[in-house]
Amino acid sequence: MKTENVDIAVIGAGAAGLSASSVCARAGLRTLVIDREETPGGVLLQCIHNGFGLHYFHEELTGPEYAERLLEKARAAGVEFRMESAVMKLRELGNEKELTVYSGADGVTIIHAKAVILAMGCRERSRGNLAIPGDRVAGVITAGLAQRFLNIDGFLPGSSAVIVGSGDIGLIMARRLTWCGIQVKAVVEILPYPSGLSRNIAQCLDDFHIPLRLSTTVTGIHGRDRVESIGIAPLVNGEPDLSREEIIPCDTVLFSVGLIPENELSRQCGVEINPSTNGAYVDGSLMTGVPGIFACGNVLHVHDLVDFVSEEAENCAANAVSYVKGGPPPMEKQLRASAADNLSYVVPNACRRGVTTRFYMRPKVLCRRAELLVKNGDGTVLLRKKLQYVKPAEMITADLPGETSAACPDTAELRFELRPEEEAKA
Amino acid sequence: MEKMENYDVAIIGAGVSGAATAYTLSRYELRIALLEKAADVGFGVSKANSGIVHAGFHYPLTTLKGRLEILGNLMFEKMQYELGFPFRRCGIVVAAFSEEEMKEVRKLYQRGLENHVPRIELCDRERMLHLEPKLSPEVTGGLYAPNGGVVEPYRYVFALTELAKLNGVELFTNCEIVRAERKNGLWELSDDSGRLFRAKYAVNAAGLYADEVSRIFGAEEFKIVPRKGEEFLLDRNSKAYPSKVIFPVPTGHSKGVLVIPTVEGTTMVGPTAEIVEDKQDTSTTRANFKQVFTLAKKMVPAVSERELITSFSGSRPSMAGEDFLIEPSKKVPGLIHAAGIQSPGLTASPAIGGYIRDLLKEQGLELREKTNVVRSLPPMPAVRNMSPEEADLLHKDDPAWTRIVCRCESVSEAEIVDAIRKGHTTLDGIKFYTRAGMGRCQGGFCSYRIIKLIARETGMTPEEVTRRGRTGTILRGRIGAEEKKNEN
Amino acid sequence: MKKHTRICIVCPAGCHLEILEDDNGEFTVSGNTCPRGKTYALNEMRDPRRVVTAVVPVNSEKTPYLPVKTDAPLPVPLIGRLLKKLYSMRLALPAKAGMVLIRDFEGTSVNVVLTRGAEEQER
Repeated sequence: MKTENVDIAVIGAGAAGLSASSVCARAGLRTLVIDREETPGGVLLQCIHNGFGLHYFHEELTGPEYAERLLEKARAAGVEFRMESAVMKLRELGNEKELTVYSGADGVTIIHAKAVILAMGCRERSRGNLAIPGDRVAGVITAGLAQRFLNIDGFLPGSSAVIVGSGDIGLIMARRLTWCGIQVKAVVEILPYPSGLSRNIAQCLDDFHIPLRLSTTVTGIHGRDRVESIGIAPLVNGEPDLSREEIIPCDTVLFSVGLIPENELSRQCGVEINPSTNGAYVDGSLMTGVPGIFACGNVLHVHDLVDFVSEEAENCAANAVSYVKGGPPPMEKQLRASAADNLSYVVPNACRRGVTTRFYMRPKVLCRRAELLVKNGDGTVLLRKKLQYVKPAEMITADLPGETSAACPDTAELRFELRPEEEAKA
Repeated sequence: MEKMENYDVAIIGAGVSGAATAYTLSRYELRIALLEKAADVGFGVSKANSGIVHAGFHYPLTTLKGRLEILGNLMFEKMQYELGFPFRRCGIVVAAFSEEEMKEVRKLYQRGLENHVPRIELCDRERMLHLEPKLSPEVTGGLYAPNGGVVEPYRYVFALTELAKLNGVELFTNCEIVRAERKNGLWELSDDSGRLFRAKYAVNAAGLYADEVSRIFGAEEFKIVPRKGEEFLLDRNSKAYPSKVIFPVPTGHSKGVLVIPTVEGTTMVGPTAEIVEDKQDTSTTRANFKQVFTLAKKMVPAVSERELITSFSGSRPSMAGEDFLIEPSKKVPGLIHAAGIQSPGLTASPAIGGYIRDLLKEQGLELREKTNVVRSLPPMPAVRNMSPEEADLLHKDDPAWTRIVCRCESVSEAEIVDAIRKGHTTLDGIKFYTRAGMGRCQGGFCSYRIIKLIARETGMTPEEVTRRGRTGTILRGRIGAEEKKNEN
Repeated sequence: MKKHTRICIVCPAGCHLEILEDDNGEFTVSGNTCPRGKTYALNEMRDPRRVVTAVVPVNSEKTPYLPVKTDAPLPVPLIGRLLKKLYSMRLALPAKAGMVLIRDFEGTSVNVVLTRGAEEQER
């Protein structure tokens, strides 16, 4: 079995992995990116639609174009790629990390790395996770898998479809399927408001007169070998009103019901997972509870803009570089950060005093105008940020300046609160 | 007219009963045909089985099922040694939560003693919590049967069939028998695609359709009533994973909702039990989901809906009388029924095979042992059970061993190709044979690779690959195919 | 007097626009929070256009399809014809990202460009 030594091993060649690895390699460290797919790029390769890179490149790019830009940077920096390879085991070995990698080309390779950046992204929530009643038939597929079949291999998943979930992935697929000649009969959403951006409701549903059924749940999927119809019913007090059940004939049901960070490897080597994000608990340098293991991108928390993924990954990588070059950081007391009113989580979970830190969070509410407040445990307001068009589908970022955190006593605890100023129109 | 094949015995149905019979008979100088109507073996009742090897304290020895259960239970080590399917004799506990329930437990214990269930124990609360720490502290007592266990039911059926095939049994899938005529002392059977089979004897092991098959043979009229059970599978990381199979105190027809530590490390809760009308009903319902989790949590508080990865259901072939019907037809010659094989069918199945062989012998079937019998299946290497050194070594002969297709369950391309070459050419067939697609992501990451492998190995187009046969294709066309057709 | 409603797609705010059309075919826009929204609304009434992204069939087993986009929004009534044309194409490799596949589609001066390239198949 071959053994290799690298400075930094990056697990995942998607947006996070590519962005992080460039920074590491440019700093002169031997950087290896490991990924199971054939080509680097992650899900960007199948996201053939527009909307990527407005912040990061100041251009509107498609997913594959964004991926190509990141890949060019990585190659130019001297990043090494180990594609079609699966990390089967990750563990600590003294001060280093040991990765056991399986690939068709090299068999089993043991990689020793001084630091590891976790960038494995997410998996999709499946029908099975939700206990949707009904028959187990062909034609039930998650939106991301359908997107892969369609955009990479050109396979049509069916001829008439109902989409469950009105998040952006589901909405984008509504348009995609329609442009491929598949009839999308409805998009069904359990909440009373759509999960995705309004512009996507406009350009993916309204443009094609696809009905959006809010506060509606799936009562069952029916068929013998293949989907023949789906039952839906309005939700009343949290329960389906079966007296108003509708049966929609179709041969395909697409599920777009959420993403779950892929942290199996992280758990395996003792990284503690935050149940609010399903990603690792990380400190101000995006390092997990295991020294030398860092996390960024969707595996840390589910993002909606890839531009933020790149920024987060680059920041994470810079910290990983410092870790490798300077050794483990001195034991310092970081300020704990937590989400309070109206926010479902805040990442990272701590902040180094004196270091400007970008915090990422998700609101629990929908409102036209709101104010984000970062308070010290004793009630002092450290930061205020005015926000518009606040919705759970859109992540909020806030930068806490180094001077502000430096001025806090080391027992301070940062509490992030969101105060709605105006309720959103439904 | 198609050429007719001549057999000594035609077994209709390749579930636990049919496959165990084929396995048993395959040791003798006999021509055996195993006829299965689905795309793969075990795809009927057996697929949705809970996978429990019962201990033998539920049924009296006056019942056939009680006797065969005790015998079958004892045979599992030998079967595992020969066939290599996953099996663990982890033990069974029945948990009581009141004095009323303890009364029932004592009855089961009595029956266990009468049935000579080895080392069966009546337990107080302390002993129960010591044996199974995951139990709710509300438990008042129970019983412990160390000889109970868990098995992977579909791997078991696959293995029985494979060894039977290695010993000459001919398997026909997608083969639904629709007509049976008695001619010249032989049965002439035809299937739904016009294939014809001739056999001296036939075994009706058709599960949910045993009543219909009996009618096709002009034999006894009986009715199989499907009693559906839903099961819910929790993530591998679930904290609810117990060390023993946990039973509640049984009520009426059902053994109740169990918490099962599957052999492969996931936790399963269920099954429910309700009569349904449609034999093909494999749907799951909200009401049952809620009921199952409420009952399961009562016994094991750590059970959580959040950890659900999938659910499924299947129906038990229940019959009036509630015992196995394994006997020669009194109406027509040369037909052995194996009907109404519900719980403890899986546990009893090794013994069912022997029982049917003996019935056939009584009917005149000559049994001459083969001289060169293949006694065991070659071990089926699985990357997830291998050390990295072993995997690396295998890779030197075939790089597909370290090409991981299913990351959630650690299944390599080599294992999937092996499954395809053995005849498992549907997504479900491969899933049940290799576990690829059974994990956390439920096929989200590996389906497209498996479909391509099936296409590569069989020459099917990706659009022809099905979930489990018939019209259940996954993909329905290709972009540009319509335009290409219109051009030509 | 006719009333139309649209959601603006120019930026993530997604303002709900209200457009009143009088009997002379003149439009009055409200609900926008910036001038781009007004322009979008007027264009939606007179000449709605969308950027189209799709995949085009490729003569290659390894890379059977490659993604494409229009380099500017295309008039909506032409989208169906563009897609049909794209799906009946057979692109030959090698092809580079940025390559123009269709120039000036139906006189609109909108081009279709490849957004991901591929090399010649080695096998």
